[in-house]
Amino acid sequence: MYVPEQRSSLADLKVGTTGKISSIELDGLLRRRILDLGILPGTQVQCVRKSPAGDPIAFRVRDTTIALRSDDASLIKVYPG
Amino acid sequence: MNGTVKPMTTLAEVCAEADALRLSSGNALGDAIVSDIYANAEEIARKVVAHKPQDKSAWDAKLDDILTSRLLGYPIMLALLGMVFWITIEGANVPSGMLADAFFAFQDRLTEWFQAAGAPAWLHGVLVLGLYRGLAWVVSVMLPPMAIFFPLFTLLEDLGYLPRVAFNMDSLFKKCKACGKQALTMCMGFGCNAAGIVSCRIIDSPRERLIAILTNNFVPCNGRFPTLIAIATIFVGGVFAPEYGTAVAAMVLTGLVLLGIAATFSVSWLLSHTILKGEPSSLVLELPPYRPPQVGAIIYRSLIDRTLFVLKRAVIMAAPAGAITWILANTYIGDMSIIGHLAGWLQPFGYAIGIDGFILLAFILGLPANEIVVPILIMSYLATGQMMEFDSLEELRQILLSHGWTWLTAVCTMLFCLLHWPCTTTLLTAYKESGSVKWTFLSFLIPTLIAFAVCFAVAQTARGLGLA
Repeated sequence: MYVPEQRSSLADLKVGTTGKISSIELDGLLRRRILDLGILPGTQVQCVRKSPAGDPIAFRVRDTTIALRSDDASLIKVYPG
Repeated sequence: MNGTVKPMTTLAEVCAEADALRLSSGNALGDAIVSDIYANAEEIARKVVAHKPQDKSAWDAKLDDILTSRLLGYPIMLALLGMVFWITIEGANVPSGMLADAFFAFQDRLTEWFQAAGAPAWLHGVLVLGLYRGLAWVVSVMLPPMAIFFPLFTLLEDLGYLPRVAFNMDSLFKKCKACGKQALTMCMGFGCNAAGIVSCRIIDSPRERLIAILTNNFVPCNGRFPTLIAIATIFVGGVFAPEYGTAVAAMVLTGLVLLGIAATFSVSWLLSHTILKGEPSSLVLELPPYRPPQVGAIIYRSLIDRTLFVLKRAVIMAAPAGAITWILANTYIGDMSIIGHLAGWLQPFGYAIGIDGFILLAFILGLPANEIVVPILIMSYLATGQMMEFDSLEELRQILLSHGWTWLTAVCTMLFCLLHWPCTTTLLTAYKESGSVKWTFLSFLIPTLIAFAVCFAVAQTARGLGLA
């Protein structure tokens, strides 16, 4: 597996780019929600758009679009892919 | 009970025990299980699911690019709101007038029949002048706007636009340390505040849910829209030339809704910094694909579930209210009717906030259902004034004018309607959802204080500046 030098997160993805989940550093209820939506290590995620204010950010995962706040997205780490 | 297994009596204890067990294994086990389930599901899906070529999602993406764009996202929300109001007012004018004409022509027939049958004057008064005329006003003033407004709003709902509103608005809610899904509960509140409060269950954090419950009342519901639309149309719009009237009335309504939203944000912010302190939690919001509207379902849902429901509620409450109002207005204690005494007693309070005793009384008597505020008001005005022939909406304006309404009265009545206490159904729902008398009382107290404060400030400022 490719290990990036600097660990980037979902929040760092530019609109239109994709990444693969490396780890999910959330816990509790939110972690479960994220897993339930199929956002798992290895899943490909595309950043599709940002809200007018820049936050939240919408991601395309498994043919659905899910919006997350950047605070939460920054705790979901990705690697290019 | 010899120590190996603790007896657990409540579900909460069982859940706590389960949580403790689950957490002790860290996240690894859960992750492995979920990954495995998804791997399996992917395997099955690959075998049996055939994908159509993806031309629809490109369409969705283009629409989303516009509706949530940095430049156009907010203006489009505002424009849609304004347009819905404009269509409602423009479209409702003619049928409202026609309904009023028909109803009042029939009132003359009824009066003739009562006279032919030799019925006593008081019976004619209660049944025709109280009950029938009250109902006629309710139906002719409220039905046409509802029959236009609700289908339009349901159309936006059906298209899948509302989650985009939540997506656009979330950053503002985050600044108030609240949840973006509160925007969805507010959209439900446009239908009915009680339903809006129930929908607050979609908010995970209990703190943010309470904030949404306490502020839901600041979006005007089905029961209050007709009041706002009626006053905006016959009063604010009527002041301007007919070709601008509708546009001005629609702008006033849009402004009022924006004011309600501003009140929602201010109170949410205030609550998050005082009695409901805390940090914003997370937001997981699905943006579903846009769907072609199902016209049949929209018409059914908006006309049967909403329009007829509201009208039924208004009629059921307004009929007895009409009769009671007529009796109160025609039973004299000393040289004044009961309603005159009540309104007279409320007059100083009403005057201080830019309205009058009758309007305040109508809002108080309208506590069971906001739908009946205008009917009660009209009935108490009609019952106390001299008998006149009213056969169009323009005449309704004349009734209000002849009872001392100025532009300030109209503005303050609309503001009070927008901000005042929730109806009893909403309060009961707030009690059920929060499970606490304290929060229920606050959900009554906060809007009440704000309504009085805002109307007081507006009235005193306008009078101080010599504008009214």
